[in-house]
Amino acid sequence: MTTGVDLGVPATQAIRSDEDVVRVRQLVRTTAVAVRLSLVDQTKLVTAASELARNTLIYGGGGSAEVTTVSDGRRRGVRIVFADQGPGIPDLDLALTDGYTTGGGLGLGLSGARRLVDDFDIRTAVGEGTEITITKWSR
Amino acid sequence: MALGAEQGGRLAELLSQHEDRLTNRWIEIVAGSLRGRLSRAELARQVQELHRAVADAGRQGIGDLADEHGGELRAVLAEISTNRARQGFSATETAISVFAIKDALLELMEQERGEDTLRDFVAFSSLIDQMGLFTFETFVRARESLIADQAEQLLELSTPVVKLWEGVVAVPLVGTLDSARAQVVMERLLQTLVDTGSPYAIIDITGVPAVDTQVAQHILKTVVAARLMGADCIISGIRPQIAQTIVALGIEFGDIATKASLADALRHVLRLTGVETTARRARRES
Amino acid sequence: MERVPILKIGDILLVSILVDMSDQTAVQLQEDLAERIVATGCHGVIIDITALDIVDSFVGRMLSTIASISKVLDAETVVVGMRPAVAITLVELGLSLNGIRTALNVERGMELIAASRADDWDAVLVDDEDTETATP
Repeated sequence: MTTGVDLGVPATQAIRSDEDVVRVRQLVRTTAVAVRLSLVDQTKLVTAASELARNTLIYGGGGSAEVTTVSDGRRRGVRIVFADQGPGIPDLDLALTDGYTTGGGLGLGLSGARRLVDDFDIRTAVGEGTEITITKWSR
Repeated sequence: MALGAEQGGRLAELLSQHEDRLTNRWIEIVAGSLRGRLSRAELARQVQELHRAVADAGRQGIGDLADEHGGELRAVLAEISTNRARQGFSATETAISVFAIKDALLELMEQERGEDTLRDFVAFSSLIDQMGLFTFETFVRARESLIADQAEQLLELSTPVVKLWEGVVAVPLVGTLDSARAQVVMERLLQTLVDTGSPYAIIDITGVPAVDTQVAQHILKTVVAARLMGADCIISGIRPQIAQTIVALGIEFGDIATKASLADALRHVLRLTGVETTARRARRES
Repeated sequence: MERVPILKIGDILLVSILVDMSDQTAVQLQEDLAERIVATGCHGVIIDITALDIVDSFVGRMLSTIASISKVLDAETVVVGMRPAVAITLVELGLSLNGIRTALNVERGMELIAASRADDWDAVLVDDEDTETATP
């Protein structure tokens, strides 16, 4: 589940090409530095964002990433929402299994990204698209 | 009750006119409360500085400690209370250093007995109360940051990474490993490998009272991360009970080298590096 | 699209990845490297990732593929300079980079390649001795 309140204006990056995935990484990195996540947490978040942005591009046929600074009163964090209007994920449990892939990758994208962040929330409907929300909190 | 402009002027006037007498009495009162834990010269310097700051603020027409003329005075107060907090004085002892000026002033003003004396004294003393509260607040803040610093230092102290030999570093783990500490250890060990260019690390758990699944996981992850970076880890100091727990919990250490003692682990690493070179030399010579 | 430069130093190809690569750049590097190994006949490849602040599953897979391709082309690949934060993240991600040799820095990487080449030469020498004794 996602908790906390939004702070500031979210920054949105369209994901239409390879270069956009790089831009998402850079946007997430800048935001993570701004809320003072530790170096390891920054790295984990940017890596997770990179995996999910690539998924949005390859499986979702493109979409967007919305990066927001959030706070739950005690800690600050970074929240990213990846959204696409692609085919959706028919079997979510299977897609979240380590090593499962339909795209010829290592099958670590979704399951790996979930392990790298604190909150992971996924909503998907076949034929309508997928929305994944991840949050990483400062310690 | 805020200080009027003329009252500020009168306060400054009073302070500079009777400077010596006032500061001496002030120092006397404070020295009594500190019982010689601060040298007289040091105390005199602080009191004189404070005296000057109050007089200056009064001359500029300070009405309230929080207004723009109070900047310098606040800085002096902050410095004194931060120092006192660091030196381990109590909050009361620190506050008395400020409130003592009230007694000194009262003694002085009792002799004057002008028509505004009472009104003036009430206004002065309200300013001094504000100064006291401000001192107390800074004192608490300084203490808090001191405690936070110490907690962090303790965490660092409890996880030293030492260089044992050229190319060999070791972390002797002592005490209970929780998740936060394990993370600190992991990061520091890996960073030391990079900084020293050491391809071998020994994790010594002689001082760890118990190993549960979580702790074992952290150690395993460190070993795998070190391998990814191109370094090998050896775990030493596994006590019999811990070995039993590890087996009972079904934790797989896989092909990770484990040794009984730190000495064994070091010998193992030296043999690894030493044997490689001597064996090759022997082969070439033959 | 940016291209990652490949330097030849003696018998070794050195690749320093200094930019945040797009997936296309990574695939291009994989192809370029295979061609350079064949063209130069080098027996060692060092990929320096000191400047990379993340390695995700795509780059991880690229590194594995490069290692496998160069193995087929008789070259040893060593990945050097992985940052601690990157290594910790890879472990959490579940990526083990199987089949890739790693070293802390370029210097150690060169030692590793030199040592494995020396082992090969020792094996050749031993083979020669064996054949000599086998045919007296």
